[in-house]
Amino acid sequence: MDLTLLTIDAARSAVQERKTSAAALAESFYAKIENDDPKIGAFLTLSKERAMAKAAEMDALAAKGEKLPPLGGVPVGIKDVMVTRGIRTTAGSKILGNYVPPYDCTAVARLEGAGALILGKLNCDEFAMGSSNENSAWKPVHNPRDLTRVPGGSSGGSAAAVAADMAVAALGSDTGGSIRQPASFCGVVGLMPTYGRVSRYGLIAFASSLDHIGPLTKTVKDAAIVLQTIAGRDPMDSTSAEVPVPDYVAELEKPVRGLKIGVAKEYLGEGLDGEVRKAIEAAIQKLAKQGCEIVEVSLPHTKYAIPTYYIVATAEASSNLARFDGVRYGYRAKDARTLSEMYRRSRDQGFGAEVKRRIMLGTYALSAGYYDAYYLKAQRVRTLLARDFEEAFKKVDAIVAPVSPTAAFKLGEKVDDPLAMYLADIYTVTADLAGIPGISVPCGETKEKLPIGLQILGRHFDESTILRVAQANENAA
Amino acid sequence: MKVTEKDVAYVADLGNLELTGEERARMVRDLNSILGHIDSLNELDTTNVQPMAQVSDRYGVDQSKQGSERFAYASREDIHEGLRKSLPHEVALKNAPDSDGTFFKVPKVIER
Repeated sequence: MDLTLLTIDAARSAVQERKTSAAALAESFYAKIENDDPKIGAFLTLSKERAMAKAAEMDALAAKGEKLPPLGGVPVGIKDVMVTRGIRTTAGSKILGNYVPPYDCTAVARLEGAGALILGKLNCDEFAMGSSNENSAWKPVHNPRDLTRVPGGSSGGSAAAVAADMAVAALGSDTGGSIRQPASFCGVVGLMPTYGRVSRYGLIAFASSLDHIGPLTKTVKDAAIVLQTIAGRDPMDSTSAEVPVPDYVAELEKPVRGLKIGVAKEYLGEGLDGEVRKAIEAAIQKLAKQGCEIVEVSLPHTKYAIPTYYIVATAEASSNLARFDGVRYGYRAKDARTLSEMYRRSRDQGFGAEVKRRIMLGTYALSAGYYDAYYLKAQRVRTLLARDFEEAFKKVDAIVAPVSPTAAFKLGEKVDDPLAMYLADIYTVTADLAGIPGISVPCGETKEKLPIGLQILGRHFDESTILRVAQANENAA
Repeated sequence: MKVTEKDVAYVADLGNLELTGEERARMVRDLNSILGHIDSLNELDTTNVQPMAQVSDRYGVDQSKQGSERFAYASREDIHEGLRKSLPHEVALKNAPDSDGTFFKVPKVIER
C-alpha cells in the first residue's frame, strides 16, 4: 500500500484499524517530500516535531481502540499565510523571513484538533498576491504535471503538494481565485467557501473583505470533510457568520437530478481557450445526462470585475500591509538613522516587486482626490456584480464556468506583464467580490496532458449544492 | 499619461516606500497600464448604486434585524474574567528586531 496515495477516509481508517500507524503515514510523506520536493518547491518549512507528536497521540488512541476524530492521523500541509504557533510563517515574503508566530490560525487549530498532522508550510505568492506562484520571495513552485509550467497561484504550493502526493490535503486561501485557479492548473479539487463560513483569524491579511480560507484535496468528499472541520462561527473573527453548518458529507449523497445549473455566456466568450471551452461544454453535457436542467443566465457586469477587483483588493492591501514597519516583528533595515528612514528602508528591502506595485496602486486609489473616482466607484460596481449573482440565483441552483481562460502557462511567460497576469483572473474574482462560494474540480485535459478545471459557483452559504454538483462531475469522469 | 513620476514619488511617500529610480520608472509604466484598464468602470452610471465595502452585512444575517442588532452575536461581554489573556511580555517581544526586554527599540523619533 502506497500510503501517500490515500484519501482522508482511507488514511484515517488505516490508522484506526492499525493497518498502519499515523507515525508511519507521516514518515512516508516526509520521505516523499525529501525525494520529490526539490524539483517542485512546494514546501517552505517542515514541522516534523509537531506532526510526529500528533501522530503519537493518534496512534495511542487507535491502540486503545478509541474512535479517531475525522482527520485522525491524516497528514496535511498549510499555506504559509496562515500563522502556526512555533513554526516559522513567512507569507512568502522576506519581510517575515524569521517570523515565528505566538498563536495558531483558527482553521489550523481546528484541523489539528480533528487529528490532522501538520507536515509543514506551503509555498505561495508573497502575501498571496499572484496567479503563478512566481512572486514567492523564496523559490518558484513547479507544476507537478509539467515542471516547466506554473502551478498557479497564489496557493501554488498547496495545489502542487496535493497533486504530487506530498500531502493528503492542504489549506489554501482565496482572495481573487487563489484556491480555485491553482487547483485547476494542478488537477486537484479546490474549494473557496462563502465569505464568513470559515474564520479568518490567523490568516495574514491581504484584502480583508475578500480573503477566504479553504481546502485543496484529491477528491470532492475530502474537500467536504475538511470544510466540515474548519467551518463555523469563531468569536475571534467578527466577520465569521453565525450560520448553521450542514453535514456536508451527507449532502454529497443527494442526487443532482432536477437541479438547475446556470451557464453564463459572459464566461464562455472571447479570450477562452478552445480546449478549455470544449472540456467545460463536455462537463455541462455530463451534468445534463445526470438529470440537471441547464439554464442560460447572464452576469452582465462580468467585464468590470477585474478593474473592480484590482482597486478593492489593492486598496485593502495597502492598508493591511502598513503594519509591516520593522518594529514589532519582521525584517528591519540595518542602516537607518531615523524612524521614518527605518520604515521606508525596511519595507523597500522587505517587500517584493508585485507587493510594492499593489501597495502603490491601492494607496493611489485611496489618496485624496482619487478616492471617489477609484475606490468608491469600485465599491459601487461591486454592488452591481453581487446583484448579477443575486438575479442569476433566482433562476438557478448553481452556475458552472471555466476557472481560468487557459491551462497552466510556462514559468516566466507572464512575469513581465502584470496587467496580462491580472486579466487571467477574470472567471474567479467575481465570486470573491460577491462573497459566494466556488469550487474547482478537474474536468479533463488538454492535448498536452495539462489539467482543466470546472468551476461551480453557488448561493451564499450553500456549499452543499456546489459540492453535490462537483461530486456528480467527479462520478462522471 | 495619467500618473507621472511626481505622482509616483508622492504616493510612495504616503505608502512609506522609498523605491529606487529604476523602480519608480517601472511603477509609472505599470500604474498607467493598469489604471488605463480600470478606467472602463467609468462606462457605468453608478449614481444610484450603494457602495459595497464588504458582504457580511448583507448575506448570512437575520434580515429582520437592523444595524448593529444584526451582529449582536459577535459582541463579547465586557468582563474582566473570561477575557483572553494578553501575550506575556517576553512572547510579545520575541519577534522584535530590537528590544531591551521591556520595550521595542527604534531609531530616533524626533529629528532635529
